[in-house]
Amino acid sequence: MASHEHNEKCKEVFSLLSEYLDLELTAEACQEIEAHLVGCPPCIEFAESLRKTVDLCHRYQPTELPDPLGQQAREQLLDAYRKMLAGRKPVS
Amino acid sequence: MERDTEVELARQLIAGNPEAFDRFVEHFRAKIFHYSWLMCGQREDAEEVAQETLLKVFESFDHLRDPERVRPWIFQIAKNACLMKRRKSVFAPSKELSLDEFLPTMSHAGGHGKLQIADWSSLPDDRMLRSELKGVLEQAIGELPENYRSVMLLRDVEELSTLETAQILDLTEDVVKTRLHRARLAVRQKLDEYLSTSPARGK
Ligand SMILES: [Zn+2]
Repeated sequence: MASHEHNEKCKEVFSLLSEYLDLELTAEACQEIEAHLVGCPPCIEFAESLRKTVDLCHRYQPTELPDPLGQQAREQLLDAYRKMLAGRKPVS
Repeated sequence: MERDTEVELARQLIAGNPEAFDRFVEHFRAKIFHYSWLMCGQREDAEEVAQETLLKVFESFDHLRDPERVRPWIFQIAKNACLMKRRKSVFAPSKELSLDEFLPTMSHAGGHGKLQIADWSSLPDDRMLRSELKGVLEQAIGELPENYRSVMLLRDVEELSTLETAQILDLTEDVVKTRLHRARLAVRQKLDEYLSTSPARGK
């Protein structure tokens, strides 16, 4: 609905923002985006909010934790680990 | 825990040193549980996925040739365990998100184009520690269609690389990039809505 109000360059930048933030673009593409951002406050503001979204995901620590590992479940895992070690061919 | 620490624990276990066992299990169990919980939506399933994954990990530890790859290797196993467990249609099944639905709205009041956007200037701050914003983020990720949610969890929460994520999910790197961008835009939009409606809670 609002799309006609964005010029083509803004839309192009909008479509490349994640790759730009992740440093996955070529040097040229990156420079081109930066050249646009310098003169386009709305794109800067939007890019900044997207950068912060990613940053929040990086900092995010889960609220939901599993119940403590039961003794039996732990034994099962330890047993699998020991069997794996025991099954190795001896190095000689 | 940093990836370096995980790699070190994996090295110790591969070398046959069981002292690393409990730390390793506790750390990855919480990670796998969380990923599966957001993918399957059920605590019970997520705990089973965590146990099944770890069992497979210990049985086949020698298949991990390069301990540097321990995190993506474990998530590869977890993803498969999760697929087996998944109860269809729990929430937000796969669908496509288009870029256009996330184009920001501009207002032209006063001649100059202005973005209609919340005030993000207070982020990030200690609000991340508060459960409210965290809850909004969790819900936003949980509401993503499944094919976007898995990409965002692996790339932005687990901080795996584009290539690692592509290998785990059996996608091309380009598809991972496309989905990640749309997932981030969708989550950004949810956060923006939250920030717009709760301005007073910011400070
Ligand atoms: Zn622009």
